[in-house]
Amino acid sequence: MATVTFDHATRVYPGTERPAVDQLNLHIEDGEFLVLVGPSGCGKSTSLRMLAGLEDVNGGRILIGDRDVTDVQPKDRDIAMVFQNYALYPHMSVADNMGFALKIAGTPKAEIRQRVEEAAKILDLTEYLDRKPKALSGGQRQRVAMGRAIVRQPQVFLMDEPLSNLDAKLRVQTRTQIASLQRRLGVTTVYVTHDQTEALTMGDRIAVLKGGLLQQVGTPREMYDTPANVFVAGFIGSPAMNLGTFEVKDGAAQVGSAQIPLERNVIAGMTEADGGKLTVGFRPESLDVVPAGTPGSFQVETNLVEELGSDAFLYGSLKGGVVGELSAGDSDQLIVRIDPRNVPMKGEVINVAIKAGQAHVFSAATGNRLS
Amino acid sequence: MESSLQITAATPEAALLDLPWRTPLEEWPAEVLAALPRGISRHTVRFVRLGSRVFAVKETRDHYAFREYELLRRLGKLEVPCVVPVAVVTGRADDDGEPLESAIVTEHLSFSLPYRSVFSQSLRPDTATRLIDALAVLLVRLHLIGFYWGDVSLSNTLFRRDADRFAAYLVDAETGDLHRELTPGQRAYDLDLARTNIIGELFDLEAGELLDEDVDAIAIGDALVSRYDELWRALTDVESFSADERWRVDERIRRLNDLGFDVGELAIVTDFDGATVQIQPKVVDAGHHSRRLLRLTGLDVQDNQARRLLNDLDSWRAHADRLNDSEQLVAHDWLVHSFEPTIAAVPRSLRKKLEPAQLFHEILDHRWFLSQNEGRDIPMPEAAVSYVDQVLQHRPDEAMISKDDDEDHDLLLG
Repeated sequence: MATVTFDHATRVYPGTERPAVDQLNLHIEDGEFLVLVGPSGCGKSTSLRMLAGLEDVNGGRILIGDRDVTDVQPKDRDIAMVFQNYALYPHMSVADNMGFALKIAGTPKAEIRQRVEEAAKILDLTEYLDRKPKALSGGQRQRVAMGRAIVRQPQVFLMDEPLSNLDAKLRVQTRTQIASLQRRLGVTTVYVTHDQTEALTMGDRIAVLKGGLLQQVGTPREMYDTPANVFVAGFIGSPAMNLGTFEVKDGAAQVGSAQIPLERNVIAGMTEADGGKLTVGFRPESLDVVPAGTPGSFQVETNLVEELGSDAFLYGSLKGGVVGELSAGDSDQLIVRIDPRNVPMKGEVINVAIKAGQAHVFSAATGNRLS
Repeated sequence: MESSLQITAATPEAALLDLPWRTPLEEWPAEVLAALPRGISRHTVRFVRLGSRVFAVKETRDHYAFREYELLRRLGKLEVPCVVPVAVVTGRADDDGEPLESAIVTEHLSFSLPYRSVFSQSLRPDTATRLIDALAVLLVRLHLIGFYWGDVSLSNTLFRRDADRFAAYLVDAETGDLHRELTPGQRAYDLDLARTNIIGELFDLEAGELLDEDVDAIAIGDALVSRYDELWRALTDVESFSADERWRVDERIRRLNDLGFDVGELAIVTDFDGATVQIQPKVVDAGHHSRRLLRLTGLDVQDNQARRLLNDLDSWRAHADRLNDSEQLVAHDWLVHSFEPTIAAVPRSLRKKLEPAQLFHEILDHRWFLSQNEGRDIPMPEAAVSYVDQVLQHRPDEAMISKDDDEDHDLLLG
């Protein structure tokens, strides 16, 4: 087992000028489950492939433990790529399916059997070891495939979107299985996904990338509660955070007809480049429905309510504002979590206020967090 | 909600609409299926017969189906031997409106042999070597154009006879990626994965008692690695020599031609005093012989078949004492007076057993064998008649190898 360190690791594809991964600094602890997440083209898969040895490192270095592996061949890095497209061999027993790579490597028979038995125990496959894959359920077959990587006892597991070609139901199941398995094995794991829900539910820590640059790294809670910039704020969380850029007057942001008071240190952090504006964000659950006229409250016109039983989300627009001025994610609407037992009708106007201490404030110019 | 079936295809295939898209592929009725052997895949794959053509249908998620469709099209444009994508079918739902997985449809490669049937036919002792050679050539060609396969295996490859060798075709591009250029790490990893997968597949054949006991699976996997390295070096290495050895430039090009490659661009660098010359092929294209034969005769065949036919064309030319005539003219006459009559001498009903160029190659072999035995020159028509009688009619039809009874090898993972 080992730590993984990206030290100013940079990848520039031939024929391009902008690095696909730009000076990545990231230290992953021994036994940690780290998720690299971001939209397509952000550099997450490239970073993983740099660690795997599939991409050249054009600047900086990569270490596994204390060993600099920057120029080491993929097969000599003591890592295992876990694929989504494992096929099992029909004529071979489950044990042989798990251990055949060790047989190729010339590992003594007794040791293969021992390692396979250990892996099978962790994977709940002990009683199936001498059967053929045909006798297994879909989930068990998938665990056999995991077993192939486990018996090799690598220092690091690498997983690149391993759930992406499963259907929604199996995806959620497998997500939980992989996360709990990783915790039982305690092997350092780097996992790539574009899906922030997957990242939040699986990772010990999450690293968000965009345009080849590391935006923030932290625990799921840190990423959710204190996003370092507007991008992370909008990317992490589902439904997404409401974000809008507003004038600042007399120490308050002018949101529609409301004034949202700002802390002094936030105002002090503003620069000329911000042009007297700030970006304000708040999560759908950070709003209270309040009586009209409550100070700091603003009006939202209901467009649609999505009822989920335990929750209900109102999609609406800011009254007295410009369409899309304040919105969540890719939509041009803002989202409010409301009491599912008290749902307004379409067209109805409600009055909401941000809960104390739950507003996120970012520089309008740089997008960096000020609050 | 009623979803609507969508078929995305470069050339519309109206017949595809007749397939039972509202049924999961696993449950398609036998009457639409073609009984062809399937490789090991984590997806459901079936072959279907539409009119005279056979298609492979694979269920996968729509994003992957479109991606693979696009990749196969690009590989086809780059003239890499691979299956031809036909369509992507999305928006499937069963009769209760439950959504079904999307599907990618590819055209079945006729005269292709899946590795299981090649191995189980135990053609010749060196069959494995020839298969591995073919796969090494395919992998080198893919790597030269920047394609990282990500899951090289015998199951993801089909083989076609190519004169006395095999030609390998890529059938599954799901895990692949086309790059501007591959890094040494990508090549090394792809090759290592190929070795592991091939040995695994041979272990599996061994376990199923479908493989001769004497076959050494690990040695075959290792042979792929050394064949690949050898070929890669021959195609890309820098070669240095002194300036008075200029013949080595031509020599290098000839060597590449012999390997079946044309040199599109050769970098030649001399040092400052001009005493040493360095050469390195920059652009090489496979298909040297097939391109030449196509240009001369219009016959579109695989490279080793083309090499064989060109050799015969050369000896025919010498024999006919026409070394001073234009090559095109002689080639046309050879086609009309030798190639076509030889193929025509094979009864139509037996002709579909092998591709015409493969038939011609085998008849050439047979003629050599007869000539050796009888100590005289045997004319082609006579050789053709004897070949049909003694060899061809006893051979299986290879246009579409039918399914073996090894039913359980299309195991699914998820």
